[in-house]
Amino acid sequence: MTNLSGKCAIVGIGETTVGKRPDATTNSLHLEAIKACLEDAGIKASQVDGLLTNQPLNDSHRSYAVKLAHMAGIDPVFATDLALGGATPIAMVQHAAMAIESGMATTVMCVHARKRATPDPTPGHPIRRGDEHWEEPWGHFAAAGGHAFAAQRHMYEFGTKSEDLAHIAVSTRKHASLNKNATLRKPITIADHQQSRMIVAPLHLLDCSLESDGGGAVLVTSVERARDFPKRPVAILGMGQHHPHFSLLDAPTLTTLGGKKSSEMAYRMAGLRPKDMDFAEIYDCFTITALITLEDYGFCAKGEGKDFVKDGRIGIGGELPLNTHGGLLSQAHLEGALHVTEAVKQLRGNEVEPERQVANAKVGIVSGHGGSLAMHATLILGAL
Amino acid sequence: MSKTQDERGRAARRGQPFLDEPEAKPFWASLREHRLTAQRCSSCKKKFNFPPQALCPHCLASDYEWVTLSGRGKVYSCVTYHRPWHPAYQDKVPYNVSLIDLDEGARIVSNVVDCPPDEVRIGMAVEVVYEDLPEYTLPKFRPVKSA
Repeated sequence: MTNLSGKCAIVGIGETTVGKRPDATTNSLHLEAIKACLEDAGIKASQVDGLLTNQPLNDSHRSYAVKLAHMAGIDPVFATDLALGGATPIAMVQHAAMAIESGMATTVMCVHARKRATPDPTPGHPIRRGDEHWEEPWGHFAAAGGHAFAAQRHMYEFGTKSEDLAHIAVSTRKHASLNKNATLRKPITIADHQQSRMIVAPLHLLDCSLESDGGGAVLVTSVERARDFPKRPVAILGMGQHHPHFSLLDAPTLTTLGGKKSSEMAYRMAGLRPKDMDFAEIYDCFTITALITLEDYGFCAKGEGKDFVKDGRIGIGGELPLNTHGGLLSQAHLEGALHVTEAVKQLRGNEVEPERQVANAKVGIVSGHGGSLAMHATLILGAL
Repeated sequence: MSKTQDERGRAARRGQPFLDEPEAKPFWASLREHRLTAQRCSSCKKKFNFPPQALCPHCLASDYEWVTLSGRGKVYSCVTYHRPWHPAYQDKVPYNVSLIDLDEGARIVSNVVDCPPDEVRIGMAVEVVYEDLPEYTLPKFRPVKSA
């Protein structure tokens, strides 16, 4: 069986400005991200032959990847919408690499955008997960609720405290304060976290991510072609996925998630270990998600995340800089599309504000997480 | 977030069970008689399926039986909603939502009632109570009083 490690690379990235974009639409945000990505890669839309996107939140766009491709002047021989929630931006890169290596396409645009901070004028019906009717009659409505269940279990099983989760929020906000394209840039303290209002106990407001407008895109091609692009290519070294349940009712555990098996696959493919990672962009829809994933990824033992996230270990200059852009908690919640673009920027080495550049960043790991703590995807990227 | 009329209509219906879902009709019908039931595969009898589904996830057989459960279980995890996501809950916050592991093996989302939300604990023994609403009956749970 072919090992895909090092066969494909990311040669372009695009990010829109994020936050409240009242004049934008779902379509315009996707197109803005694609345009920025093409400019970064220095190629024309006609040179792209594949497009992947995340299923929109609204059913007005069936076969959205094909629609977007043609709105952007791309004539695709490979296109589809993926639907793995917040694991999708990583899954798109994985599918792109598989398509390129198998000869189905040469140059694939992976794009994701959302309009959730301000109303989207696009008509249509919302697409839902499909099992809400076994939760909502009892008042269980939100992603915050599912993640609060996990936080409560983590606290029960390992003695984790809300103050421990606060360290993730504070460090992530500090990184956002250094990022010009971040929504919340005012530094916060542990006390701010503890005093923020309860949303779904045990999760406070500052354990929760943002609702954002914006988009991100990456362009994937083979490593051979990658050398013809103007920017330093970033190789795809490791990939994994695991989806251990769909409904919370079937979850074998809420304190070890798909990230364990997914990261093990990615490390094996890359021939690398957790200690080889220079930084981590970990999906942080809630602070507890990042804590559980750090444990699942082997950066510390299960239950020890509460100590790992302290003493500056996850800050710039620390042992494992975490969410160097400010994450979903403070930069923007675009299902992790900007976790991927941020990892590429860190590995290019000269594209972020100097105060948040990880010194000598050679290899980084990125996680995606979706559904009812159900879906997970991992990417290990390396500078070429 | 969307403001179209259709989406507003859907949003208003959020929060309701699908009483006509074919696999789930017996579940909702039994609750009307104050019986908490779950579906069990007649072939492998491995475990109770909740939510109910067309084929057994263990052996893919399509014949199953509905078994009346004891209604007893333990809290697997519990949270307190302080923010109402639905207008119907505006006056109900703060309220408990729990994952209940029923003694027979199925897990259900429900509420622990007759107990302040901040006193609900993981591992707490609970028993079913029935909340009769005009169109359906919801199973909820209360702490088992120690003898």
